[in-house]
Amino acid sequence: MPVTRGFQRRRPEPERGRLPPGQYDTGSSWPVLTAEATPQQPAEAWQLTVDGLVDSPHTWSWSEIRAFPGSTYVGDIHCVTTWSKFDMTFSGVSVDDLLEVASPTDEAAYVLAHSVTGYTTNLPLADVTGGKAWVVWEVDGKPLPRQHGGPLRLLVPHLYFWKSAKWVSRLKLMAEDRAGFWEQNGYHDRGDPWLEQRYQGD
Amino acid sequence: MAPAPLAAWTDGRIIEKDHPTAHTVRLRMHVDDRPFHLPGQHYLIRLRAPDGYTAQRSYSVASDSDDPLLEFLVERQPDGEVSEFLADVAEVGDVLELRGPIGRWFVWDGRTPALCLVGGTGVVPAVAMARTARRLGRTDLLRIAAVGRAPDELAYAPELQRYGADLAWTRADVDGRAPGAFTADELAPLVEGVGIAYACGSARFASYAEELLLACGLDASSIRVERFGPTGD
Repeated sequence: MPVTRGFQRRRPEPERGRLPPGQYDTGSSWPVLTAEATPQQPAEAWQLTVDGLVDSPHTWSWSEIRAFPGSTYVGDIHCVTTWSKFDMTFSGVSVDDLLEVASPTDEAAYVLAHSVTGYTTNLPLADVTGGKAWVVWEVDGKPLPRQHGGPLRLLVPHLYFWKSAKWVSRLKLMAEDRAGFWEQNGYHDRGDPWLEQRYQGD
Repeated sequence: MAPAPLAAWTDGRIIEKDHPTAHTVRLRMHVDDRPFHLPGQHYLIRLRAPDGYTAQRSYSVASDSDDPLLEFLVERQPDGEVSEFLADVAEVGDVLELRGPIGRWFVWDGRTPALCLVGGTGVVPAVAMARTARRLGRTDLLRIAAVGRAPDELAYAPELQRYGADLAWTRADVDGRAPGAFTADELAPLVEGVGIAYACGSARFASYAEELLLACGLDASSIRVERFGPTGD
């Protein structure tokens, strides 16, 4: 690939191993990217359902979901539009805790996360278990703002951030993978930033 | 149906460059064997330093697919690593890496009655849609409402005016209309009969546009949003 005439690195080289390929550090800014209108449904009316291939499908109310033992993620997030943001703190409930109640069947291998807006994103079950995924309602100690997916957002920080569905209301467990919203619209099915899996075919 | 893989990186040469407003640069580029694109889609532009360092950003396409060149409008961001380079350093004849077209959601099919409510450099996809509507002879299907600070600060303002777009200025008193974005009363007639509304602009503009479209009676499921830039908080 050709060198771009006159272009040079302006940002300092990041700490080794911290920035996935093709990403930049957005610093204090936190860009907002959405495809649909921000839902106005009040937090108190929010529900979260885990169903599909589970022994005990379950729906939690807003207060029930927050009664789980808290779980916190401290670390970085990576958006497919090439920004990364370091040292974020998100608090909520571990997806492991939700699945322990719902009890996935042996056939369950994938998850389709649904938002109240109709947005969906697909994930291998292995990517949301083992302490790798959360449903969160706080960022940096404050309620998660609407524009960033509040009151309730899926958080899967080891994958590109479109997998962390804003305004999440349902996790459906499935035997087969089924493309979600961006995945049908050209984005990668898994979305590992370290492998730069941005688009279909990457 | 498995989604088609995205085209690989390719080279594009800058054929024309100008500055429609003080804060924007317009690039018209040639790409060999360029694939068809729909209005509303975007491309990635990637810059490569001698040490191998790269920076890439996505930019909406302003041109219709039939245009022999691919047109981008880039707003200069404060300390913008890519936008400042494109505005100040890149010259006609330079070759940049491109990848696209990308996005199958914020696109107009040329058949559905639609409204674009766009602000600032968010006008770019609306310009592409307008150009496609003209080519198809279906400008009756596409209405555009665009918001800018003032006529000399909104890229493509003359073209949008010629198209018949409604324009609102937040910092200028034009033709006796007090400064300000569109009100629900102004927008409501444009919403009538529309199947899809496209809202594009900054995070702040997109929030305003969503609320206004909902207030005008549009269903949330028929609103498609493209936001860019930081939250401002």
